[in-house]
Amino acid sequence: MFSGFMVNAWEIGTVVAIVAGVVGFFVVLRGAAFPAHAIPKGAFAGAAGANLIGVNPLVGLGVMSFLAALGISSLGRRGRADAVTALALVMMLALGAAFVSQSTEYEPQIFSLLFGEVLGVSSGQLTTVAILGAVCITAVAVLYKRLMLTSLLPEMAAARGVRPFGIEMAFLVIVAGVTTMTVPVVGALLMFALMIGPPAAARCLTDRPGRALLGSVVIALVTVWAALACAYAMNWPVGFFVGIFGAAWYGVGRTYISWSRHASTRRFRSMRMDGT
Amino acid sequence: MSTLLEVDGVSIALGGRPILDEVSFDIGSGEFTGLIGSNGVGKTTLLRIILGLQKPDGGVVRMLGAPLSPRSRLLGYVPQKVLLDPDVPIRARDLVALGLDGHRYGFGRRTAQQRERVEEMLHEVGAEFFADTRVGSLSGGEQQRVLIAHALISEPKLLLLDEPLANLDPKSVQEIVALLHSLARNNGVAILLSAHEMNALLPVMDRIVYVTNGRAASGTTAEVVRSDVLSKLYGHHVDVLTLHGRVLVVAEPGAEVGDIPDHPALTIS
Amino acid sequence: MHLFFEPGLFSSGPVRTAAVVGGLTAVVSAVVGLFTVIRSQSFAGHALADVATTGGSGAFLLGLSPLAGFIGGGVIGAGAMDLIGVQRVRNRDVATGIVLGAASGLSALFLYLSTTSSAATGTIQHILFGGIFEIDPSLVPLVVSLSAATVLVVGIIHRPLLLGSVSSDLALARGIGLRTTGLLFMGALAVAVGLSSIAIGSILSTALLIGPPATALRLTRSVRGAMLTACFLGVGTTWLGIALAYDSADWILSSQGLPVSFFIVTIAFASYVAAGLPVIRRQVGS
Repeated sequence: MFSGFMVNAWEIGTVVAIVAGVVGFFVVLRGAAFPAHAIPKGAFAGAAGANLIGVNPLVGLGVMSFLAALGISSLGRRGRADAVTALALVMMLALGAAFVSQSTEYEPQIFSLLFGEVLGVSSGQLTTVAILGAVCITAVAVLYKRLMLTSLLPEMAAARGVRPFGIEMAFLVIVAGVTTMTVPVVGALLMFALMIGPPAAARCLTDRPGRALLGSVVIALVTVWAALACAYAMNWPVGFFVGIFGAAWYGVGRTYISWSRHASTRRFRSMRMDGT
Repeated sequence: MSTLLEVDGVSIALGGRPILDEVSFDIGSGEFTGLIGSNGVGKTTLLRIILGLQKPDGGVVRMLGAPLSPRSRLLGYVPQKVLLDPDVPIRARDLVALGLDGHRYGFGRRTAQQRERVEEMLHEVGAEFFADTRVGSLSGGEQQRVLIAHALISEPKLLLLDEPLANLDPKSVQEIVALLHSLARNNGVAILLSAHEMNALLPVMDRIVYVTNGRAASGTTAEVVRSDVLSKLYGHHVDVLTLHGRVLVVAEPGAEVGDIPDHPALTIS
Repeated sequence: MHLFFEPGLFSSGPVRTAAVVGGLTAVVSAVVGLFTVIRSQSFAGHALADVATTGGSGAFLLGLSPLAGFIGGGVIGAGAMDLIGVQRVRNRDVATGIVLGAASGLSALFLYLSTTSSAATGTIQHILFGGIFEIDPSLVPLVVSLSAATVLVVGIIHRPLLLGSVSSDLALARGIGLRTTGLLFMGALAVAVGLSSIAIGSILSTALLIGPPATALRLTRSVRGAMLTACFLGVGTTWLGIALAYDSADWILSSQGLPVSFFIVTIAFASYVAAGLPVIRRQVGS
């Protein structure tokens, strides 16, 4: 499991998990689950289109994700954010479907684009992925304060001269970058499960943002490693395991919350009965 | 005057914190009652308990002698505001009409009589001018009027309003208070209105329920808004002053000033 | 299929079936979709589509009817989302996203297993992107009854549904069973998504669910007006898409032509964008 082509998968998977954990923290904070879901679908169209015209799919992924991010952030300003994003998302999938329908060997291609392919990652990709990952994390670090401000107190941010719209666009572009790195490993349909499950679980377990961020990265790493191991062992798609583990983590987090809340109310009630 | 609503020994704790502790008061039919207390003291929780949206840990709420159920048409409710997108195609007129039949399943167009009643109600609250505007596009004061019409159109006996004056400018506050007063008179409806500032209501309030520290004192303004009563309620000495016809409740220097309505961080020594 | 546009189109059996199923689907999607958009549940609608994918691929694996699979998946997904607590807005997106993630993961597994176990090609293509020209005509009566039932249910609950979308407190204060109404609506949503899944594929079904209603909301003032406009737009979009797809086999040198779903989605998207253009807005006076 730890030799040959799998080495690439482990390395890329690790980088992907760290970046997804970091960026995903903000996705959950900003309630941007839907755009985070939509951008990878645009990526799908880009990869399919690139494939059709003989260009490296990673390029197609990158370009389309970027355009999707810009499009969603600017369309979202005018109309109802959720309806617009839904339509844009579907439009890009349909484009991807159209591209794919015109090529000859579409089934395995669709499959690996949507659900990820452990074997599909080559060593050349590691450098690109690592660089992209570093860029995304740097961008998040630079924008950290402004991201937190616009996520939690948008009006105050505007009063301080930080334009929420500009930050939103920048953030979605970062998500586009993460998408480009992650789709080849985990697949378009499932990469956002990685961006949402671990951070959501981390948020349930702790109140402090620093710890939640760290927790998000740790849980993401565990998820990706476990998914790779299982995918290798059972020869099933990586995406399947990522989706299931992501959901499981969230379940753990929610159970913890309701358990701790229940315990504190019970504590209070027993105090009252004492007459205190 | 008959007793309409009895709140009897209501207690509740939320998220591990005690909020209300044995709160009791009565409301008579046609009375205008102000529920006064600072933010976070539990006014909204109390209203929700009366409405049946929240179960208290202890105590009981009775309407005309019988326990309340949400299906009873005796209560009308005006929440603070409704967050609505301007894109949602519900006009002021539609929202008021939903006050008549929003709870009914099934098809059926509205009768001419129902539509006339909607018109009347819109006129009574002064909302005819924006009746065809989408609710999401209305200003705070305009939305208040529409929500009041929505609640009143089903002819309840008691109207509950949750902080209707909180985000309004002083002129709108006066207008809404006057509107509520005349609506109450004309329709024979009792009003229970929560606020963190009592001065706007002094001219129209029949009774006041003053809430702090999880406890409440109720009675007429003269009975309740006095130094001795409020000091007992707060658990430390407070003074009640009248200044230019307005009431100020102030704490002694050095006392915890935290949650006293009508009172910025000002102490008079 | 290589004849002229008009004559070949109307006499072709598969096209007629496609038109009937597509048209009915469009109406149901428009009705349910309008309330979905009003209630800001577009994401949930889309998530249900992905869960429907799971159902459809699972059904295929087990050799069951795809329609049953799509609707079954949608219903289970709706139940799961309700259980997790879709009612509270703050947790809603995350909860929906998680259900989606798990469902997509399962879809991956089912699709993988079905491609390795059976020799049938084009499975993924059909489930995800639809095959409206390959619908079995015997399904039509079922589609008709499901459509009628769904529209009926929405008609019955439409007032509490509207009031609940304005403010859940207002609805609860009137004793409206918000949970019941909400669940019934989710059920209707599941059926709508299931129906459009066989027409244009589960992943793309959102286009008919959200597109025509969102466009209609930009063009009209009242709920009734929006309803009629949405139905009209939806059916028009679907039929135009079918005609263009049928035609496209002649345009492009490869023998397949472009998928119907692609045309339908593009038309729906284009209509929405067009409705937002300043020139149209001025005509409508909004």
